[in-house]
Amino acid sequence: MIPVEAYLVLSTLLFFIGVFGFVTRRNLIAMLISVELVLNAVDINFAVFNRILFPGQLEGFFMTLFAIGVAAAETAVAIAIIINVYRNFKSDNVNSIENLKW
Amino acid sequence: MANLVMFCILAVVILGSAVMCVTTKSIMRAATFLLFVLFGVAGVYFLLDYTFLGAAQISVYAGGITMLYIFAIQLVSKRTLQGITERMKGSRVITGMLSALIGLVVVGVVLLKNQFIDMSAQMADAEVPMEQIGTALLGSEKYQYVLPFEFISVFLLACIIGGIMIARKEEQK
Repeated sequence: MIPVEAYLVLSTLLFFIGVFGFVTRRNLIAMLISVELVLNAVDINFAVFNRILFPGQLEGFFMTLFAIGVAAAETAVAIAIIINVYRNFKSDNVNSIENLKW
Repeated sequence: MANLVMFCILAVVILGSAVMCVTTKSIMRAATFLLFVLFGVAGVYFLLDYTFLGAAQISVYAGGITMLYIFAIQLVSKRTLQGITERMKGSRVITGMLSALIGLVVVGVVLLKNQFIDMSAQMADAEVPMEQIGTALLGSEKYQYVLPFEFISVFLLACIIGGIMIARKEEQK
């Protein structure tokens, strides 16, 4: 029997590893990867709260399922933007994007 | 007991890969470690008996999103592939570590001081039946989810069109 705290500690640690990566890295793709870590931590939390505290219902399950779908769409659009940024600035660093319009 | 052992293995894999993912300098390695994290999270879903969620996680995240990342890295970071990697400034590492630690302590104390322990024994060790999931996903009554299901399909279409619009080369006028 796994205590519920174990899952919560795991997802909290994963979340803040993601936050650390987001603050530390300056490469756009690396920042996006850190955001994926954060999203996964939140998904674990939804699934665990649903499964362990309310096993008869499926709200957290569907929240996680739709979050996975939205994350896929978000990644596709973000990567399109990154490729466009690279095409215009010849760099994939956040510091190279200083103006919204050039 | 077997579940506990599996959970410990998964936790070590997830946390170790996540730490490597944010600290490694090469972007390609970060994407590879992200793949391991995603597999570990899928394992956690399997452990919770949400088999469908684990399968969705593997097929969408590990199969789709990681591929997108790898293609983007190949297209964008030519320097990274040649071995030149980004440098991390010490001050930024300290700032990030400080903010992450403060948040970790706050959230951890809030979670551990809460009292959900007594309820955690209710979890049945049985898989959620696929029939129940399908009925809830495509039903239109209370606690059923056909509206978000349709909405997310329209949303995905919008994202496909938006992605193509953003990423295509603009013609020279």
